[in-house]
Amino acid sequence: MTPTLQSFLIVSAALFSIGLLAALSRRHAIFVLIGIELMLAAANLNFIAFWRFGPQQEAPVGVLIALFSIAISAAEAAVGLALVIAVYRHYRTTNVDQLDQLKG
Amino acid sequence: MNSAAFVLISILMLGAALAAATLRKLMHAALCFALTFAGLAMFFLLLGAEFVGLALVFIYIGAVAVLIVFTILLTRRDAVKERRFSWVGAVIAVAAFGTLAWSILRTESVSVVAHRVPPLTVGRIGEALMTGYVWPLQCTGVLLTAALIGALVLVMEEKQ
Repeated sequence: MTPTLQSFLIVSAALFSIGLLAALSRRHAIFVLIGIELMLAAANLNFIAFWRFGPQQEAPVGVLIALFSIAISAAEAAVGLALVIAVYRHYRTTNVDQLDQLKG
Repeated sequence: MNSAAFVLISILMLGAALAAATLRKLMHAALCFALTFAGLAMFFLLLGAEFVGLALVFIYIGAVAVLIVFTILLTRRDAVKERRFSWVGAVIAVAAFGTLAWSILRTESVSVVAHRVPPLTVGRIGEALMTGYVWPLQCTGVLLTAALIGALVLVMEEKQ
């Protein structure tokens, strides 16, 4: 029995949910970023799986989209971590619950 | 495609992801994050997208994980003051997984087995990037430059 597209999609959904859990339940800003990265990784896995199981075309579209998505999420991680450092310099904390100065 | 490899890699990857999401110590979580991406790269190799798998290893394990470790070390003084486990987040995550899994299992068109495909060479990817996808490629380059400059400006020391 070989794995079908369905099993890859289930694994990807599980990875997405774990990322959602990390982004929602942790208070540390770096953990929230890790959760977002995990969710993006699940999307990449979906792209590659659909490319592999779908009809083949001249250009490997799924692979190209996964490459662009990896580049964009790397840029997002760099800016996000820079933001964490900048916030830490100003407020001396990385706990997202304490960053409530804009709260009305 | 090997079924045993699929099961082993998914257990490794999901276990590492769960550890990254729930471990108390930040550094352990960051290392588990790197392990998750190693598992994901193995998945990509299994699916025949070798170039993306290697790019993932270089970018995520080589760059993003190191960046996260550096950020943890730079913001160290803030000791872990995690609240107790948030049940709301867990419930939402389980509900999201349940919905996704239900809809995937209900869709019959996705239960297909992979057919044989021609091997994906780097030449084919490069050709596609340089012909039909050159506009998105240039936009990505601009985006990466902007992100680089933005990250530098954000962390620059302010002159007193």
